[in-house]
Amino acid sequence: MAHVPNPRPTGDFRATYAADRTLFRTRNETMAVLAGVVLVALCPLVFGGYVLSQLIMIGIYGIAALGLNVLTGMTGQISLGHGAFFGFGAFASAWISGNGIPVLIAIPLAGLMTMAVGMIFGIPAARLKGLYLAIATLASQYILQDFFARADWFTGGTYGSLAETASFFGFQLNSDARYLYLVLFWVVIAFVAVANLARTRDGRALVAVRDHYLSAEIMGINLTRYRILSFGISSFFAGIAGALYGHYLGFVSAEGFTILLSIEFLAMIIIGGLGSVSGSLLGAAFILLLPQAMEVFANGVATVVPAIAQGTAYIKQMSVGAAIILFLVLEPQGLVHRWRMTRASWKLFPFSH
Amino acid sequence: MNTSLLIQLLVNGVIVGMLYGIVAMCFVLIYKSTQVVNFAQGEFVVLGAWVCLALVVNMGLPFWLAFLFSLVFMMVFGILVQVVLLRPLLGEPVISVIMATIGLSIFMQATMNWIFGNNAVRFPQVFDRGTVEIAGLNVETAYLMSFVLSLVVMGLFFWFFQYSRWGLAMRATAYNQQIAQSLGISVGRVFAMAWAISAVVSGIAGVVIGLVSAVSNSLAIIGIKVFPAVIVGGLDSIVGAIIGGLTIGILENLAEFVDGQYLHIGNMYSVAPFYVLLIILMIKPYGLLGTPDIERV
Repeated sequence: MAHVPNPRPTGDFRATYAADRTLFRTRNETMAVLAGVVLVALCPLVFGGYVLSQLIMIGIYGIAALGLNVLTGMTGQISLGHGAFFGFGAFASAWISGNGIPVLIAIPLAGLMTMAVGMIFGIPAARLKGLYLAIATLASQYILQDFFARADWFTGGTYGSLAETASFFGFQLNSDARYLYLVLFWVVIAFVAVANLARTRDGRALVAVRDHYLSAEIMGINLTRYRILSFGISSFFAGIAGALYGHYLGFVSAEGFTILLSIEFLAMIIIGGLGSVSGSLLGAAFILLLPQAMEVFANGVATVVPAIAQGTAYIKQMSVGAAIILFLVLEPQGLVHRWRMTRASWKLFPFSH
Repeated sequence: MNTSLLIQLLVNGVIVGMLYGIVAMCFVLIYKSTQVVNFAQGEFVVLGAWVCLALVVNMGLPFWLAFLFSLVFMMVFGILVQVVLLRPLLGEPVISVIMATIGLSIFMQATMNWIFGNNAVRFPQVFDRGTVEIAGLNVETAYLMSFVLSLVVMGLFFWFFQYSRWGLAMRATAYNQQIAQSLGISVGRVFAMAWAISAVVSGIAGVVIGLVSAVSNSLAIIGIKVFPAVIVGGLDSIVGAIIGGLTIGILENLAEFVDGQYLHIGNMYSVAPFYVLLIILMIKPYGLLGTPDIERV
């Protein structure tokens, strides 16, 4: 980690370890987060369908990216199968709610089911690291994808399956405005949970495994247990996000959960910032909005150069690939780092140090 | 038991496996000498095929000239990728390097879709498409040619690493970069060369596949199939890559046979290698022939 100037308000001294481990560092930060949640909650009063649907998708992808960030950012395990776990959550929730269990209960149940599957695929991962791990998770991506296409009883096979609309004691969450609150609820739960995880013994153990697994093991951290645990946590959130996605669209089909989705999740956490909780949300927003921005841009260029017009779909995909590469080369620590630097230079103006 | 079908599938497996082996070899070459896992290897294969095809069809060049030009193009391309994309990432963690090549693969896929279209295109007739009978089996000449060409490429690889000055330099770099550097080997140049050779040989494989079947962007899947192959053989063993490629090729066709004759599950052809991959990683985490990574504190 490069040095980031992080000026705290004058007089804010941390005299105890407990004071140094608070969930939010300053009062203003707490207020800013609360204000953010309230602002999003007020959005349905102001904005129409498009903005709301984007907010919902950012929330859903944000939860999934957060899960991957626990695995990759905190524990240092690479996963190329996150998209498949996301898909598993979507199918599991559709299947559970199809069997007569209310959707709101089906969502966490789907999360637990995905967690179990993730831990099974995490078992080979417990012995592997780096490249071998990436390849093992690649295998789990393809095996799960094959399972989606084949398990008719569970996923509806190649036809896909219908996911029921969520309802809260008879109150149908059938519009974007209503569904937003369900997603917001889970976003808050997920982000508070992971931010808290970093403050617990288990969270510190995960970080120790990432930073130097041999030292961690010597200090009495059970590597196998924590690696599998981290796979479990990560796929739990993937499952929740997938379930929310399935019930939002109302229809789940196997084609949506390819390796490309897994790569997009990885791109989100790299662009947002590896190991950063808030970065997951930033990265999700970036990867979701970038192709749309590129489409607007390409359509604009197409009025001048008509040849661009048929290439719009490809330009969108190219922009994702280019964003990954450019961030890795130019800003490897992601948007969060950029934001911290901007804030620091603002606070310290006109003296840069 | 349908013996003749089984033998036919096995022969197919060997021929396809040789091609997997070649691509796996390119993959291992990059990994061994630069410690980079190239997720864009499949796209390299497709790019070589497309460039050769475009030169033949659009520019009207004779095949051999187009083939030569496309190899030169691939060489330049490989060096460019190494210098522009991977040199800035030297010393970065594994995940950054993996993501960079994944980003490259997405970018190349989209670009090639745009430029060359989504359809499969056949090469114009280069060789006559007859069949030869070998020991009671019908083998297409195109397949036979691809088999022979694979053998030639493998032989060249062997010669290069065993006897040529640059091959020895590359082996020295793979063994220990610092020692190699102190012996006067330019490590930067070796890295660039590893990518160049890998891109060129991938391009050859692409053209061969294009000649045998057709050129399309879905050929890039071979870049994914390579992973089971290199895991079977061990990520850093070139001989292992060939053995792994053959194993996966044969295994795919065996799975197809068992599935078609007895199980009727469908799609075993593409998934079986990944099950094998997971099982091997559980038993031997460094592949069958790979060097175990021993760490001392």
